[in-house]
Amino acid sequence: MARELLKGNEAMAEAAIRAGVEAYFGYPITPQTELLEYMARRMPELGRVFVQAESEIAAINMVYGAACTGARVMTSSSGPGISLMMEGLSYIAGTEVPCVIIDVMRGGPGLGNIAPSQGDYNQIVRGGGHGDYRVITLAPATVQEAIDLTVLAFDLAEKYRTIAVVLTDGSIGQMMEPAELPPMREIPRTRPEWAVTGAQGRPRRVLTSIYLDPYEEEKTNRRLLERWRQIQANEVRYREYYLDDAEIIVVGFGIAGRVALSAVRAARAEGIRAGLLRPITLSPFPYGVIEALCRQAQAFLVVEMNAGQMLDDVMLAVARRAPVVFYGRMGGVVPFPDEILEEIRRIARQPPSLEGDPREAWFQRLSLVR
Amino acid sequence: MVTAIAPETTYQKVYERPRILIEVHTHYCPGCTHGVAHRLIAEVLEEMGLRERTIGVASVGCSVFAYNYFDVDFVEAPHGRAPAMATGIKRMLPDRIVFTYQGDGDLASIGMGEIIHTAARGENITVIFINNANYGMTGGQMAPTTIPGQRTTTTPNGRDVRRSGFPIRMAEMLATLEGPSYVARRSLHDPKNIRLAKKAIRMAFEAQARGLGFSFVELLSTCPTNWGLSPIEAMQWVEEMMLPIFPLGEFKVAPELKGLRV
Ligand SMILES: Cc1ncc(C[n+]2csc(CCOP(=O)(O)OP(=O)(O)O)c2C)c(N)n1
Ligand code: SF4
Ligand SMILES: [Mg+2]
Repeated sequence: MARELLKGNEAMAEAAIRAGVEAYFGYPITPQTELLEYMARRMPELGRVFVQAESEIAAINMVYGAACTGARVMTSSSGPGISLMMEGLSYIAGTEVPCVIIDVMRGGPGLGNIAPSQGDYNQIVRGGGHGDYRVITLAPATVQEAIDLTVLAFDLAEKYRTIAVVLTDGSIGQMMEPAELPPMREIPRTRPEWAVTGAQGRPRRVLTSIYLDPYEEEKTNRRLLERWRQIQANEVRYREYYLDDAEIIVVGFGIAGRVALSAVRAARAEGIRAGLLRPITLSPFPYGVIEALCRQAQAFLVVEMNAGQMLDDVMLAVARRAPVVFYGRMGGVVPFPDEILEEIRRIARQPPSLEGDPREAWFQRLSLVR
Repeated sequence: MVTAIAPETTYQKVYERPRILIEVHTHYCPGCTHGVAHRLIAEVLEEMGLRERTIGVASVGCSVFAYNYFDVDFVEAPHGRAPAMATGIKRMLPDRIVFTYQGDGDLASIGMGEIIHTAARGENITVIFINNANYGMTGGQMAPTTIPGQRTTTTPNGRDVRRSGFPIRMAEMLATLEGPSYVARRSLHDPKNIRLAKKAIRMAFEAQARGLGFSFVELLSTCPTNWGLSPIEAMQWVEEMMLPIFPLGEFKVAPELKGLRV
């Protein structure tokens, strides 16, 4: 298929359609509304299900019900709406049915603003809803990746009977870039052996997330954990740039990672041995890759559009084997490559020590930034 | 004195357990009419031959384990969200029969948004609504249907309408919408009313089977345990205290259903 100029939100919607999504349930919220609107037009055209729900609470529970029938289903939203979906996500996780969520992050907390942000990393990666569960979290940095990861999200969700989230932000959602859509897939006619479809010629099936007996609940927790261990072993994904001989290793995801790449290239032009690791799966997180990079790293520079959420995961992986420096912008502010380049230069001039808290040091420097 | 039965006497079974009702003891308290409501639903599904086509949606409340008692496919919804889940299921499987079974805390309090909008969309599902004037499962707190003056654990001096507001009449409210095809309130406090309740449940499933849109049956139900009454007193309490506030009747009947003999 040819490359076309596509808007992020619409590209993800069409990618989901081509991946065979059978139902979409959603509610308007900027900066993801184009996705909902695109689905409102396209899904009925294809004879598939579209419902504008009365709230994100209803939307996620429609997803839950539809997922119980074994169909490919999804919703999309942004921070305030995702918060409302957390109840449903926990139930979906507890019932072990697959679904895909696209979260187009915006500035927060509260109503915040509609500018691009990465402030909801913890909300998604660390769970968000109650109980013990994890979700696969995929972070695109381009419209093309947003397309590819949307398709992958459906495949992974079904393979592991889990929730898969495409965690992106307002800039990817709103930007237009040349990208290529995948071919249209057939919708499978058969339903999985756990799906609730009416007990025709078979014993009845029940899908629930309640296990009153703690030993039964623990069994469920173990099953979820076992699945998560498989996901960790098989599904870690990331992109490397100039890492072979890199001494200053920048780590950034999504749009922050993309901006950081410009800074890394500029640093290379100045003779600084900088490289970039861009995690694609924020969960499962590429701990092992970072651990291995400790052998060559003079320092890690974590760049995020939040107050240091992925930072915690990087620090966990580095485990004080190398200094970690943090640079973040918050509130919907996207950093310029120059800001990151300045951080790289500073690290090259004056290698940081292992001592001290990177978040605290960043906070002190931030007071100088206007 | 024992009377010998003549060997030529034959017996005809006139009353039996519907096969859809699984043969186990329920966890409901003695005198609780949740069990009666279950039986009526099972009878109707069986009479209509719907076992292999039905998907139930249980809710959060004493009936959270309703799926243990019906031999049909079932899911269990988050508190108040059963109508949204049912919407998701029905949209994927429009030729199946989908019903929710919800208490008054579940449906009329936390799930008010979901029930109103599901009704307004005319979603072609059936909702069985158990109004027992309190939150049974959590130990008898005030529900939106608690009647003025009624003592509950959170209205220890009786529901004071100035502080805690007035009861909500769900059936009447939903009947104002265009979406529903059938809306009725019935009671489970005596055999005559139980028969009428079964008719209403049948009408509701008939409406769905005919594709007429959302159908709703509110059932006045007992909670002797939390009301602090014996089973018999609880039946009387429904009659004396609930009926004046929650009048029985059919509030909306689609023209296609009029004259239907069930
Ligand atoms: C989100 C949420 N809040 C609170 C509860 C606790 N809870 C369980 S059952 C229930 C009340 C159910 O009452 P009702 O719907 O009237 O059903 P009944 O038990 O009376 O049949 C509540 C509040 C819960 N499970 N989930
Ligand atoms: S607590 Fe009330 S509603 Fe629940 S089973 Fe007992 S009597 Fe029925
Ligand atoms: Mg109740």
